[in-house]
Amino acid sequence: MAEGGVHPHAGHFTTERQHRRAGMLGMWLFLATELMMFGGLFMGILVYRVSLGEALNQASRHLDMMLGGANTAILLTSSAAMALAVIAGREGRRRAAAGWLGATVALGFAFLAIKGVEYRREYAEGLMPHIGPAFPFEAPGMELFFNLYFAATGLHALHLAIGIGLVAVLAVRIATGGIALPGRAIVPECAGLYWHFVDIVWVFLYPLLYLSAR
Amino acid sequence: MTKSGHTQDGMPAAEARRQRTTVGRVFLALLALLALTMSVTTVDLGWMNVAVNLGIAAAKTVLILWYFMHLREEGPFLRFFAVAAAFWLGLLFALGLSDWMTRGA
Amino acid sequence: MSAAAPSYVQDRHTVRSWLFSTDHKRVAVLYLIAVTSFFFIGSVAIGVVRLELFTAAPDVVSADIYNRAFSLHGVLMVWFFLIPSIPGVFGNFLIPLMIGARDMAFPRLNLASWWIFVAGGAVTIGAMIVGGVDTGWTFYTPYSSMFSNSYVVLTIAGIFIAGFSTILTAINFIVTVHTLRAPGMTWFRLPLFVWSHYATAIVMLLATPVLAITLALVSVERVFGIGIFDPALGGDPLLYQHLFWFYSHPAVYIMILPAMGVISELITAGSHRRIFGYSYVAFSSIAIAVIGFLVWGHHMFVSGQSVYAGMMFSAMSFLVAVPSAIKVYNWSATMYKGQIALHTPMLYAMGFVGLFVIGGVTGLFLASLALDVHVTDTFFVVAHFHYIMVGASVMAYLGAVHFWWPKITGRMYPETWGRAAAAVIFVGFNVTFLPQFVLGYLGQPRRYHAYWPELELLNQISTAGAAVLAVGYLMPLVYLGMTLARKPDAPANPFEAAGLEWTVPSPPPRENFAAIPRVENEAYDYPTPEEEARAAHAAEQAGHG
Repeated sequence: MAEGGVHPHAGHFTTERQHRRAGMLGMWLFLATELMMFGGLFMGILVYRVSLGEALNQASRHLDMMLGGANTAILLTSSAAMALAVIAGREGRRRAAAGWLGATVALGFAFLAIKGVEYRREYAEGLMPHIGPAFPFEAPGMELFFNLYFAATGLHALHLAIGIGLVAVLAVRIATGGIALPGRAIVPECAGLYWHFVDIVWVFLYPLLYLSAR
Repeated sequence: MTKSGHTQDGMPAAEARRQRTTVGRVFLALLALLALTMSVTTVDLGWMNVAVNLGIAAAKTVLILWYFMHLREEGPFLRFFAVAAAFWLGLLFALGLSDWMTRGA
Repeated sequence: MSAAAPSYVQDRHTVRSWLFSTDHKRVAVLYLIAVTSFFFIGSVAIGVVRLELFTAAPDVVSADIYNRAFSLHGVLMVWFFLIPSIPGVFGNFLIPLMIGARDMAFPRLNLASWWIFVAGGAVTIGAMIVGGVDTGWTFYTPYSSMFSNSYVVLTIAGIFIAGFSTILTAINFIVTVHTLRAPGMTWFRLPLFVWSHYATAIVMLLATPVLAITLALVSVERVFGIGIFDPALGGDPLLYQHLFWFYSHPAVYIMILPAMGVISELITAGSHRRIFGYSYVAFSSIAIAVIGFLVWGHHMFVSGQSVYAGMMFSAMSFLVAVPSAIKVYNWSATMYKGQIALHTPMLYAMGFVGLFVIGGVTGLFLASLALDVHVTDTFFVVAHFHYIMVGASVMAYLGAVHFWWPKITGRMYPETWGRAAAAVIFVGFNVTFLPQFVLGYLGQPRRYHAYWPELELLNQISTAGAAVLAVGYLMPLVYLGMTLARKPDAPANPFEAAGLEWTVPSPPPRENFAAIPRVENEAYDYPTPEEEARAAHAAEQAGHG
């Protein structure tokens, strides 16, 4: 089935350039769909900001801005690590690439750990819907803010967890030579695109959720 | 294949060094922007706070897109697709918010 | 036949080889089987509805069953027939052939998209079996998120899963058209079918994820109580409606754009003429795709949405009619002085044009704010969108099935039966839906299982029409199925049509082309009336000489 064979998976592409172009375009198109999906949630945040602004600000002050900031720094660092992994991949330096990917995974876990700490605290304060103690605030819209917060950060954390899984598998396969570098450098590149996308989502979630005027 | 796993046809080391330096610089810029956004929060500018913070988030995004996601290396075609969805989301926001902004007006 | 490569049908015979083939042609056939099944289940559901509506009193089923029946009809027809049918069957089969490629850019993703589609369908049918939903296919909150006692989350899960199929298909179409066109196949030499599917893919890509998050939030509210639409907490049901219709209006363009692409092919082949105004038709597809994203609020004129937003959406809705009208004019102009062949696909195409105009114009009535206040949520709306979805889209689908049947199966369809079924469908369709415009204008609400006794006659006519329509739909199932008992004997180009798909055998070999073609002709390279006259004159001279 491989034809004009530049690689066993190239199938019916006739040049490597055509194959790469297709792969990159496909990946960016996929990211476009992810952006539109998160966009629906962002729309909710924006709409309620307009209709319930003050209540949302009040509620947002109960989030820990420093923990959120630390998480932002962690994700930005993980993106840098991912970028270094891609460079190593393009060089063909298998162990360096796997190492940086491992660092990315570790930082991803650190983010989730901090998120877990936040969630545990929020559970204890009764801020979670339907479970734990009763919601403590009376002002209308505050509970809605927290529902938005959990929906948005939950969806983000889910995407991050998927990313961690993908990058971890990638790190192992690169370390063991299952993915040849630099020939298949496009694979860590595409993983990187996904990872950076998840980072960008957080880059917007942080100010929208944590940084209302205090 | 050398001991550290080099292959013969990868990116040359000098270019890689340049790219790593760029990553370092961009990373520092991102952290600086983060510090900026957190400190802006301590000042009360009313609705400008949100605007400034979103602007800083946009700046971070541009850096990540251009350098980390390699849009700098890609042609205009791919760059167009990269930002098209963001524009589309803008349509959802603008036209949708037009409802709430003009109610009871 | 020379000892050519075996056709894609002959290339391995096991069930496994069909279910796990990455060959775009086999995937297309898999889609054909799946969408046909969903179509018939969705039809049975509306059969229940039309039976109830035969009499003014609610005497056939309970209100609850009635609600679940029309909800099932909407869910299945929208997501499991109209959206996947033409792209999944004809887009997949034809795009690589039309552009001169051996397959899609991502053949394995293509196969995956079918399996995901079937999985979504299975979950949805499962939800139906245990009771289904009573929310309508639109799942409006807070009823769907807080109060409905039906299988909302399960049904949504099926739709959500199927949404991934749409997204994968869209990615494949876009990347394929960008990267795999044969040498010389420039954008402006592409068949308009490809332009339509490209535009459709853009809409699928950008709209479907918004549906995904919106339905997911409804589910999350039901399951985890994370309510963001709950009015008691300050939530706004209109947020749901904005998000839902931001997808669902473009979704109707997902349902019509591929059909328009089919019609461009059918009319040029049936008139043996190149399309009038190629670039206008091509850019109209893009225009419809883009403007289609700016009109969604016309579903919400009476919802409590701001009047100013309503005015803006109304104006945009008028605008979106323009590129559609351009296409209608261009198709009509193409037929002028053409060598019209009144074969079955052409009958469907001509039916499409007329019924699409009726549907489109009634859409303009609905886009007018004041008129819409009167007819919103009545059968007028139902008639409008059925003229487009059924009168246009389904007829285009059937036209496509007949036109490309010889190419896909290697057997020609029986022309007399084809024409007869087209006539039955045309009559049955109009008898069903024309009265509904009147009923809606007179005030019969949609989604009610009872109505005023004065409206009974028109409802009975409509139900009778539905019975005729059902017969019309069953006919092709029978006579096309029977063709499969014959040996494949169709020529490569039974309609003498232009297009790369007609240069390969019927059915095509696995690899499509022996050698990737080098394209030198423009699209629709049919002779002009002048060229035809000259050729006829020359033949006459030769005859006399």
